[in-house]
Amino acid sequence: MLPARSSRVPDIAFKWVAAFAAGMIVVLIVLVGWELYWGSRLSLRQFGFGFLWSSEWDPVQDKYGALPFIFGTLVSSLLALLLAVPLGVATALFLTELAPARLRQPIVMAIEMLAAVPSVIFGLWGIFVLIPWLRDHLFVWLKHYLGFLPLFQGPIYGVSMLAAGIIIAIMILPIVTSISREILRSVPNLQREAAYALGATRWEVLRIAVLSYARRGLFGAAVLGLGRALGETMAVTMVIGNRPQIAASLFAPGYTLASVIANEFAEATTDLYLNSLFELGLVLLAVTILVNIAAQVMLKSMTGTGPIRVT
Amino acid sequence: MPHKKSKWIVLIGALAALAAASAPAQMLINGAGATFPQQIYTKWFDEYQKVDPSVRFNYQGIGSGGGQKQILAETVDFGASDGPMSDDNLAKAPRALWHIPTVAGAVAVSYNLEGNPQLNLDGPALAQIFLGTITKWNDPAIAALNDGVKLPAEDIVVVHRSDGSGTSFIFTDYLSSVSPAWKQKVGKGVSVSWPVGLGGKGNAGVAGQVKQTPGAIGYVELAYAHQNMLPFANMKNAAGKFITPSVDSVTAALASANIPDDFRFSMVNAPGEGAYPIAGTTWLLVYAEQKDHAKGEKLVQFLKWAYSDGEKFAAGLDYAPLPEALQKRALEKVASIKY
Repeated sequence: MLPARSSRVPDIAFKWVAAFAAGMIVVLIVLVGWELYWGSRLSLRQFGFGFLWSSEWDPVQDKYGALPFIFGTLVSSLLALLLAVPLGVATALFLTELAPARLRQPIVMAIEMLAAVPSVIFGLWGIFVLIPWLRDHLFVWLKHYLGFLPLFQGPIYGVSMLAAGIIIAIMILPIVTSISREILRSVPNLQREAAYALGATRWEVLRIAVLSYARRGLFGAAVLGLGRALGETMAVTMVIGNRPQIAASLFAPGYTLASVIANEFAEATTDLYLNSLFELGLVLLAVTILVNIAAQVMLKSMTGTGPIRVT
Repeated sequence: MPHKKSKWIVLIGALAALAAASAPAQMLINGAGATFPQQIYTKWFDEYQKVDPSVRFNYQGIGSGGGQKQILAETVDFGASDGPMSDDNLAKAPRALWHIPTVAGAVAVSYNLEGNPQLNLDGPALAQIFLGTITKWNDPAIAALNDGVKLPAEDIVVVHRSDGSGTSFIFTDYLSSVSPAWKQKVGKGVSVSWPVGLGGKGNAGVAGQVKQTPGAIGYVELAYAHQNMLPFANMKNAAGKFITPSVDSVTAALASANIPDDFRFSMVNAPGEGAYPIAGTTWLLVYAEQKDHAKGEKLVQFLKWAYSDGEKFAAGLDYAPLPEALQKRALEKVASIKY
């Protein structure tokens, strides 16, 4: 038998180490927020809340506004989610429910490999392969058949909001797929068997027993994907066209918060300019936090018996 | 456990030996700033190593803004910038901070047109293209400059740099000097609010986008236009001649530019007969009085070498060396640095 006294020490030590680690995360976020606030105090004082809805970004006149960048960040991320979530969930469904066992491992590996490709590689691939193809084929097709929608009007350059959405979608596909797969795998078999027992077809089993049971968890997977999408920088910068404007058309170039910071930080010389770039960082942090809070609220209001909470 | 202990002793011994081996320390001189001249500076530091092995240079191309900040904060021994520092920023320096020009470069206007015709352009037409008031390639303003070239009725797609850069500074400085409308609406800077067009990241981004997009026009450093086999326009200079961007035509522009004693000058639209109009120089930022005697001495020695021997490496890397008269003036300035 172990002596009673000595066994308590590692216990207590571990508790404190774990608490310290958890506490550090909170401290880190607060520090990041504080640092961004402190770095942007000049522009906060100069522009106030007007910074959020001004569309002007003119380093020569020293006038700055964040609206086109907020718009670009949200739209490109949402586009990415629209494309990646159905694809990711469908892939996960195929892997957990339908695929023959010997196919699973190769597909899972391929998805994990996709996650390991560096951002800049996606960007280069975007410029040299994806963009020309989009410009000459997909966009032309979309314009021809869906051109009556404002979303698909205007000149086609290739680099565009839609191209950015597609690139981000490819980049968040691995995380959405692997989390969805874990979620679906954790759906108890009892659920499926019960549905089969009621005479459900395979599709009905998936829909009623699996998907609806796992709804909350799948939503969580989408939120994690969204978190990734909001901050994606390098590849987006290379394909979005970097134009601070708010356009209805998805063919038009746009700009994101992360991209403009990456683009302009190195050469920013005036104080107000630098402060405004810091403020964009603050806005990006705020947007990310707000989106996550909104997701939590939606998650709470969702009915469903699923046991899984990812976020 | 004696075995484990002996392992430790060996390890510590090895570390001590390593420390001893690197003990005859090389002096390290740190610099940071502009990315445009990074290639030539790296070449210089490499070559200078052979001249004086006792000193090593470490240069980080973090951008002109960063270079200005770091030299103001004195976290580096010299800074580098593609644009002259503003009076505001210069006033923040703890003591006299000097601009010393090193090399110059041309900004080439590249385009993507069927059949790669050789185009001639002038300042007002270029400004109107980038302002978005000329939108078609067969616009009369372009056609008038290009007798005999068949221009398509294609839309012009403007491409500019999305990242802040000295290249954009030179280009917008030029447009401001030839077009009052541009000066009033946009102005000059490392980043500006572009009236039209797409942003590409870096020279590579702009070159790539011009190459990929039919009807595109953009501006890149001359070296990139060469490397990417992009056609580039001959520009009409202040003397009314159409000039091809090249090392020689930039040095000609430098020779005819009006250069004040503090070396903060703009050389766009220089008056010389053979001067290419869209060109700019890049500067080192050094304190007139060096804090550290030994480092200051080595830095001055290096700069003297750079102006006497280093400049000849420039042309091979598509940089324009300073004309002789200017080299002499720069050398005099360097010689008067106190340490």
